[in-house]
Amino acid sequence: MKRLYSILVENRSGVLSKVSGLFARRCFNIDSLAVGETDDTSVSCITIVSSGDKGTLEQIEKQLNKKIDVIKIKTFSEEESISRELMLVKVKYTKANRREIMEVCEILDAKIVDMSKNLMLIQICDTPEKTALLLKMLGGVPIIEVARTGTLALQKCTLSDQA
Amino acid sequence: MIGADAIVKCLEKEGVTTLFGYPGVAICPFFNSILKSKIKSVLVRSEQNAAHAASGYARVTGKVGVCVATSGPGATNLITGIATAYADSIPLICITGQVDSMLLGSDVFQEADITGAAESFVKYSYLVKDAAEIPRIMKEAFHLASTGRKGPVLIDVPIDIQNHPIQTFKYPESVKLRTYKPTVKGHAVQLKKVGRELAKAKKPLILAGGGVILSDAVSELNDFAHRYGIPVVSTMMGISSMSSDDPLYLGMIGNNGRSYANRAMQESDLLIVTGARIADRAVSSPNLVTNNTVLIHIDVDPAEIGKNVGPTIPIVGDIKHVFADLMKDPVSCDFSSWVGTLSSYRKAEAPRKAPRRSYIDPAKFVEMLSSKLEDDAVYVADVGQNQMWSCGYYVSKSGRFLTSGGMGTMGYSIPAALGAKLGDMKRQVVAVCGDGSFQMAMCELATMVSNDIPVKMIVFNNGYLGLVREYQHNTYNSYSMVELGNTPDLSKIAEAYGIPFVRLKSQAKMEETIDSFLEQKGSGLMECILDPMDTVR
Repeated sequence: MKRLYSILVENRSGVLSKVSGLFARRCFNIDSLAVGETDDTSVSCITIVSSGDKGTLEQIEKQLNKKIDVIKIKTFSEEESISRELMLVKVKYTKANRREIMEVCEILDAKIVDMSKNLMLIQICDTPEKTALLLKMLGGVPIIEVARTGTLALQKCTLSDQA
Repeated sequence: MIGADAIVKCLEKEGVTTLFGYPGVAICPFFNSILKSKIKSVLVRSEQNAAHAASGYARVTGKVGVCVATSGPGATNLITGIATAYADSIPLICITGQVDSMLLGSDVFQEADITGAAESFVKYSYLVKDAAEIPRIMKEAFHLASTGRKGPVLIDVPIDIQNHPIQTFKYPESVKLRTYKPTVKGHAVQLKKVGRELAKAKKPLILAGGGVILSDAVSELNDFAHRYGIPVVSTMMGISSMSSDDPLYLGMIGNNGRSYANRAMQESDLLIVTGARIADRAVSSPNLVTNNTVLIHIDVDPAEIGKNVGPTIPIVGDIKHVFADLMKDPVSCDFSSWVGTLSSYRKAEAPRKAPRRSYIDPAKFVEMLSSKLEDDAVYVADVGQNQMWSCGYYVSKSGRFLTSGGMGTMGYSIPAALGAKLGDMKRQVVAVCGDGSFQMAMCELATMVSNDIPVKMIVFNNGYLGLVREYQHNTYNSYSMVELGNTPDLSKIAEAYGIPFVRLKSQAKMEETIDSFLEQKGSGLMECILDPMDTVR
């Protein structure tokens, strides 16, 4: 079972290591992790996607809550959230496959943001499934490098209203 | 005023009168500032023992224990003591010196990232980067250590911060922690459910853990159990929450506990777990506990509830308050036939196999020793077979039983006993250890002697690391690495430290030897000669 944790923490040095260290020590999975400041500069938001059985997912929330630097945790399933991931892919192209790469990018709403005589840098910002799909569709193209941010997520507006 | 003065001032404001420590260059400003204070600083012989002594002190006084060490190896030596306190939820403030803050991260002499290294063993830690922050940090640290689920808090202070001038010192009245608000009172709806379950139950049982003692809820537990006539079993950490002669008390559960206590656990239809985490040594298969049982789990730490066993009724709160609230709505119930059944189980328990005649029976020894202690005495058991015999046969009155339960740290008893004694000089304190654990901590005899801390020590000498040998024997039918061989002549060790010594070799002499050992003033060391092949059961 997958679960998303949106963890608001004190924006202090060492806090990320305390949170990630907790996952390591208690053998909790981190499928992806993303961190950034919120609108309040004293608060950072750590978004973690984890997976495990019901008991583990509950323990993750409880153990996170014990951390003194953790202000608030919101947890939700994938269906309850809007999640996005940013991925940059550097590929090697030839005259023969250039057209095809551009078509794939167009279909999947990806952008070519930089290029040279034989390299192209593609950017996609979408759900983790879509970014994975892009890689799959680029299957025949030699991929030089890939960088992705990890999932960012917020609860859907309707659900947030109820809360 | 400099940072170090501020730390000392904060300790005074928190009512600290005794601390345990070991100096080094990086903590010298602090130990210089403390000269001006009335706080007694006890120089131990190894940093780990400073933490254990602070733990013993905290457990007897109910206050926060304080230990202080230098940077690098001083700090890393503290870690086992910190981890031991963390596993048993003992409130400690651990102050470490650190290299100059400008040099942090450059691997200079005696630099160790102690906040990083100790992260998973502390409730919280601080690396102080601004001397002006010291009062706030100290106030928060004491608050964190002593509230909610108690535990050690580490404060790492670079030497330049200790030396940095502070313009004005103001100790905060309160803490402002937006993220930390432990629940004290149990939820009213949940508490109501307890009454309903109690009215339905036929075979209720209370499992008392260390949390009962930590939250000072011993009298509330006893009142609650007696009000309804509910039998009580305890975990290792819960020993001494009830008196041994109480007909409702069945002793310790677990793989080294009493069989009738475990049987009571299996047969009960309503189990009230209070301040216990139901770990592997207490319950062999925690997930089976709820099979036929309604489980009520009371703990101040919400993460403990449902971690090892899924409860029927979770109650988050301070046990003292929860028990007091549970008494407000009386339920009529009668469990006398269940209590009768359990006492028949108790009578049917087969006695422990006696060791060979020419040796001391440790079970009989523990029973006799603890029954002869003053009512409020502190009994500190070490780790190993000595601990199992102590847990099994300790006669509890109104005193305290201390041991390293969660971490099982060998060498705990001697330093913890000296800390406990300093916590209350009027109380009788005995430490019981094996020849293995004694040799891990015997350097602290010097601390005892130099500071006039009279503790009675008993060493069970069987020439082996007995509990490991027993395990190896049961698992592999052979053993290795457990023969202690040439244990030094303990009479000479005692003589070297100027401590009176007695060797007990014969069961017939046991009573008179214990009597005169307890009567004599000051410290004392007693060696009991055990059957090398004696086993816990």
